[in-house]
Amino acid sequence: MAQTVSTLASTFVATSKVASVPQPKPLQAKLCAEGVTMIFKRNGSYVPVLEDVTLSASEGEFVCLLGPSGCGKSTFLNILAGFLVPTQGRVLIDGKAVRGPDPRRIFVFQERGVFPWLTVSGNIGFGLFKCSKKERTSRIAYYVDMVGLQGFEGAYPHELSGGMKQRLEVARALAVNPDMLFLDEPFGALDSITRLTMRSELLRIWEAERKTIIFVTHDIEEAIQLADRVVVMSTRPARIQRIVNIDIIRPRDISSRRYLELRDGILEEIGLAHKG
Amino acid sequence: MNAPLQFDRWERYFWPLLAINITLALWYFSVRWSGTEIFPSPLDVERGMAELVHRGLLWRYTLNSLSRVAFGYVSAVLIGIPAGLVLGWYPAAADMVNPLIQVIRPVSPIAWIPVSIAWFGIGDTAATFLIFLASFFPIIVATMNGVRNVPSMYRCAGRNFGLSPANLIAKVVLPAALPQIVVGLRITLGIAWLVVVAAEMIAVDSGLGYLVIDSRNSGKRYDLVVAAMILIGLTGLGLDIAIRRIEKLKSVRWGFRNEH
Repeated sequence: MAQTVSTLASTFVATSKVASVPQPKPLQAKLCAEGVTMIFKRNGSYVPVLEDVTLSASEGEFVCLLGPSGCGKSTFLNILAGFLVPTQGRVLIDGKAVRGPDPRRIFVFQERGVFPWLTVSGNIGFGLFKCSKKERTSRIAYYVDMVGLQGFEGAYPHELSGGMKQRLEVARALAVNPDMLFLDEPFGALDSITRLTMRSELLRIWEAERKTIIFVTHDIEEAIQLADRVVVMSTRPARIQRIVNIDIIRPRDISSRRYLELRDGILEEIGLAHKG
Repeated sequence: MNAPLQFDRWERYFWPLLAINITLALWYFSVRWSGTEIFPSPLDVERGMAELVHRGLLWRYTLNSLSRVAFGYVSAVLIGIPAGLVLGWYPAAADMVNPLIQVIRPVSPIAWIPVSIAWFGIGDTAATFLIFLASFFPIIVATMNGVRNVPSMYRCAGRNFGLSPANLIAKVVLPAALPQIVVGLRITLGIAWLVVVAAEMIAVDSGLGYLVIDSRNSGKRYDLVVAAMILIGLTGLGLDIAIRRIEKLKSVRWGFRNEH
């Protein structure tokens, strides 16, 4: 009996601290970064950017990397995507070491990564060069629809608004049917209203397609609204400071007590809690 | 706010025509009042122009000059753009060749005339070679810089979608660099037209440049000299208008507007 009580007590402690306890790990992680360290050489001196970062993500999970600007989280994302080779450590995806970029994992860039010399259709169809013409056309139409760019198929990016360009880039990424998406502050350059719309759009798409998403942001609200887990990173050299499970059911009420609790917890974690 | 500076449609033609007419009038009266015997008045030039038409020289010489430019320029484009792409793509190759290019480039193509004649003799080949030289370096440099300035984001995106290196160049690097290349092509065509006139003065016996020098040498026909100069100006303007059309293509135009 006493044992049961203590088990209950520990369960209780665990749930109340749920924010810092990782969820039960699945059998095989989709992505596994082990001891990733990155040191850049600049003007003859060595600048450590990442320090021993170990992180895993399961299939279909939405993970946000949260940290101050310039902390190295983008560098980490570039390593995960295979654009950079870490100084130490390794990245495994589906149990295989990452050796370079791969169409199964598409990177969505911070700024406008869409190709300005191609139309909306041309951009979405860019990665579909191996498909038959018929399949290409139908996929383009499908993803034009999904991101709400109907009527703009023949438009060039400079004729689109910032939000539309970002949606176009997401559509271009989804069109090749990747199993992972890496998003590097994709909404950073948008105005705040568009940013809010884009978040719910992204969630809608993620719920429809269930890609594994690694999303870099410096916006706490954004991280809590979107992610299953928020990985709080320290200032440079970036280390994982804490991993917070966002245990709020979607669609999330951003004025709920739990939401505010989690937000304040993260604010405190990065030393920005209200004083008062 | 800028309303007073914007021309109405009739004004767009009226003011330039007025400027031309004032210049012609100044020219006419200075010739009359100075009583010069050598320098022609606009009316003399007009008669000279008519004589050129009559003798069938106007078209023939203009076409001669244009075809030399076409051969020299097009071959420079066909070699210069691929070479520029390669140099832009491999920084090590560019570092190796760039000092050499930078030494040869400032040498005026005119200085190559004796060498060109020594290699190819008097004739079309020598003149065309000079046009090629004059065009090749600006094109290769513009292409190389265009490629170097392609945002790495575009290359990364291309690689991410699994493009082979050849496809990456054809589908990402070239279109991304195209606006800069097109600017280079336009400037270069202007240079080629400047150079063909100089080359024709020495290396051949046809073309507008030859017309200028020949009219002076055989009987001091300054009316024909000035008529040839006007033809050179008008043809050059036509070439520039023609090549500007490339800048209006949709696949290039994005590079010419300020994105906010």
